Amino acid sequence: MNATANSTSMTRTFIVYAIIMGIAIFQVCFAMLAGPQPILMLPLAFVQAAIAVMYFMHLAQERRVLALALIPYTIYVLIMMNMFWPDSVRLLHLRPH
Amino acid sequence: MSEVNVAVNPHAAVLMEPSPFAIPSSKLVMWLFIISDAITFAAILFVYGYLRNASVNWPTPFESASIWNALLMTFILVTSSLTILLALRAAQNDDRAAAVRWTLITAAGGALFAILHLREWHSLIGEGVRLFQNPWGSPMFGATFFTITGLHMLHVIGGVIALTVVAMAYRAGRYSLKHIEIWALYWHFVDIVWMFVVPMVYLLNMKRS
Repeated sequence: MNATANSTSMTRTFIVYAIIMGIAIFQVCFAMLAGPQPILMLPLAFVQAAIAVMYFMHLAQERRVLALALIPYTIYVLIMMNMFWPDSVRLLHLRPH
Repeated sequence: MSEVNVAVNPHAAVLMEPSPFAIPSSKLVMWLFIISDAITFAAILFVYGYLRNASVNWPTPFESASIWNALLMTFILVTSSLTILLALRAAQNDDRAAAVRWTLITAAGGALFAILHLREWHSLIGEGVRLFQNPWGSPMFGATFFTITGLHMLHVIGGVIALTVVAMAYRAGRYSLKHIEIWALYWHFVDIVWMFVVPMVYLLNMKRS
């Protein structure tokens, strides 16, 4: 067992929990009042996920080389998936009317 | 250096290179699994987004009751992430009873989540949603909805089983703190996936008045 988990601060954990739930409640209330906005919803989901990875999964407290070994390649793959989006728009315009 | 040499000569162990990540190999394996699973979920969510973007008649069936239900499920899952951290903290303090209790509470939260999700499925199936048909629009809605939420629910159910097994084995003294920590990582990952499912699948498909 490494020492990182032992230094977990429960106060910080509760704050992180409150932030994640706060974002979730904001997303739902915003979507109900103003309609769903993917431009806003997805970045907020990424913020939630990043906070959870860093503080719930303690990646922020692990040796930095672990984060460097895991995160950049994941982000690269996720970004590469975006190359398909223009094709979905093309399909939308080519559909029979 | 072979394992045989290490077993024969205890001094040989100090000659082995330390892990560059300073974590047990089992924890590294869980991280690698999480990364590969994250890419799987991302691919499925991208497929869903692609189909949704390319369809003019994508259904938006979720009324406010479904949205509040999704928020309740979020609350249960995020809270269960908190309880697994409490289990981890108890295990670090060598409080075995509390660690087992919090781990089982986490598993119960997961089970409750799955029940609420199945109720949501039952409701949609009752409204006529099938894998390749629904009463509202693009037939791919059911395929993407059931695939995304079904794969996530499969992960939740798998996590519930794993956490229950870990809690029982930890109580019996067969498992250690390391096992709770590794399955806590998995449980947080399940939670993180849900953070993307709610806005993309539920909020973007909310019924507009």
